[in-house]
Amino acid sequence: MTKIVKAHAIHKHFGALHVLKGVDLEVAEKELVFVIGPSGSGKSTLLRCLNRLEQPTSGSIEVAGIDMLSPKTDINHARQHIGMVFQSFNLYPHMTALANVMLALRKVAGKGKAEAETLARAALERVGLADRGHHRPAELSGGQQQRVAIARAIALEPKVMLFDEPTSALDPELVGSVLEVMRGLRESGMTMIVVSHEMSFARAAADRVIFMDQGLIVEQGPPAAIFEQPTHERTRSFIGQIRQH
Amino acid sequence: MEEIVANFFNAEIATAALPLVASGILNTILLSLMVIPLGLAAGLVLAVLAQSKNPLVRWPLMAWVDFFRAFPPLVLLVLLFAGLPFMGLELGGFACVAVAFMLNNSAYYGEVLRAGIDSVPNGQIEAARSTGLSSTQAMTYVVLPQAVRNVLPDLLSNTLEVVKLTSLGSVVAVPELLFAARQAQSTTFNATPIVMAAVIYYAMLWPLVRLLSRLENRALAGRH
Amino acid sequence: MHSGAVLAVAGWNKFVETFFNAQVMAKYLPDILYGTLVTVELAVLIVIAGIGFGLVLALVRALAIRPLNWLIVFVVDLLRALPPLVIIVLLYFGLPSAGWSPSGFMSTWLSLTLVLMAFSEEIFWAGITSVHKGQWEAARSTGLSFGQTLIHVVLPQALRLTIAPLTNRTIAITKGTALGTVVALHEILGMASSAVSNSYNPSPLILGAAAYLVLFIPVVVVARRIETKFAWKK
Repeated sequence: MTKIVKAHAIHKHFGALHVLKGVDLEVAEKELVFVIGPSGSGKSTLLRCLNRLEQPTSGSIEVAGIDMLSPKTDINHARQHIGMVFQSFNLYPHMTALANVMLALRKVAGKGKAEAETLARAALERVGLADRGHHRPAELSGGQQQRVAIARAIALEPKVMLFDEPTSALDPELVGSVLEVMRGLRESGMTMIVVSHEMSFARAAADRVIFMDQGLIVEQGPPAAIFEQPTHERTRSFIGQIRQH
Repeated sequence: MEEIVANFFNAEIATAALPLVASGILNTILLSLMVIPLGLAAGLVLAVLAQSKNPLVRWPLMAWVDFFRAFPPLVLLVLLFAGLPFMGLELGGFACVAVAFMLNNSAYYGEVLRAGIDSVPNGQIEAARSTGLSSTQAMTYVVLPQAVRNVLPDLLSNTLEVVKLTSLGSVVAVPELLFAARQAQSTTFNATPIVMAAVIYYAMLWPLVRLLSRLENRALAGRH
Repeated sequence: MHSGAVLAVAGWNKFVETFFNAQVMAKYLPDILYGTLVTVELAVLIVIAGIGFGLVLALVRALAIRPLNWLIVFVVDLLRALPPLVIIVLLYFGLPSAGWSPSGFMSTWLSLTLVLMAFSEEIFWAGITSVHKGQWEAARSTGLSFGQTLIHVVLPQALRLTIAPLTNRTIAITKGTALGTVVALHEILGMASSAVSNSYNPSPLILGAAAYLVLFIPVVVVARRIETKFAWKK
């Protein structure tokens, strides 16, 4: 199967802090990879290196055939193909939901106004918010805001989607609606890398679960194996802690 | 280049002008020490009065503030200095600056302090009153200290403007820094004394500017 | 009692005669109107150039080019520390010895434009830095460039925060057009002052004061509304 993400020997230093200590990650087309691990384990940093929001100190990253770390790469063009969803939504507060989705369609993908609007409406429809296009972020619930953020990313038809703790900032009763949208994406064949602690979702939808700790991948495998029979003590104690919630 | 040095950075002229300029610095400091407390006191009175719910108090206060925000301080100063003698009242430059600045600054300090008092939650007054403090005591010991801390950048920024405004004194013959520099300049036909004055203002006020810029950035960043 | 009332009336009449002399006012009204025109022209040019240059400086500063930023911070600090009148006097009385004699209008315009530029740069910059980092990241993750992110995402949010402080600062600085009178500029105060010395009557000053109020009171009232409307939320 073709690998859409190929990251090798990724190191990242923040000053004296060594956050990623040589991580290898390959993700196949249509695969859903779940990344779990304690805070500070480097899982968010890894995600942010993949679209170069963070510049890795060393290593190589190829996404959809594009060398992400080459100075010759047009990073803005490359990022179109890598959707990202943030913990804190980061919708543009001064724009309507529709305008949030349309901005990059127009400015990066170079679509005309009418086409961008059609595509944006279609994206909002996919996340179940066709009727919320003219609302500002402040008028939407957290779950709705996060779904608009997903629409903003998928409207650009990315080859892979990165989710950085997409449900951590949500009230428990709103989590379901966002996971529902993610499940739909998965079924449509989207390649996804998800940093999250939603274990039941991981069990149901993930192809592979990766456990990270202290800047390294400790172990990985199918969800059942990682959750039920982890081989490492650190994995076991982490999963034990999460279960207690 | 040599000509620039001779006309703007002339050591000989600077030495000659030094005593005059030094007395100017002293007067600028004295003037500031007079007008800042006067403005603060008047502003505090306005700010406390503005807490009144009575429209007969609030409206005139708002009109007062808007009037002085619209009125150039120099015009006020000239009006007092050149106008009052026609009523047989000669105040002299120093007193005119004091009165004009007190009126002008009462509006600016008043607005800042009012915003500060408004920023203190009502629960603070209620808590203070519930322990038996009078309303004046609650204002003095509980509300005002928090109010001042909340609007400290604006208070400092206004104070910086007040010190700079004392240069208007030169227009009504108060021998402050700019006046002294201009006197020296007109007798020597050389711009060095004015450059001296500029350098002195910069040296005196730069620390405050830097501090303000940090406080302002922090205040804005904290809005999220 | 009766004579007291007569005295009071006489006093009042003399006060009105002195400060609100209709004849003198009528005579110098055209002068004051001319001065008003100069003030308005000057104020408009200061506001456009000062805020425009300030915004450009803030945008340049956002590029984060170290030596350039040091220069910007130095110039901005200097212009915030110097009294505007000192700058005006320096340009008008000092520059001729360097071979350039700017007019009173030029000196006043240039000085106040520089001062407004400095203050508005600080205000814009504070606005830009106050926009949350996540906004930059979200925009960049969709492929928007640095410039596109600044213009479409960051600036609109920053400008909203800057409107109130910018309006207040702009009013305070444009009021400084009155300082032009020191360098022989024929704006309102200059015209009123020379009318007072020609007529030996202070009425033109009252007229001039009224002109300033007519010009600036509406601006102040609008500013108050803006302040309420764009008050910091969240």
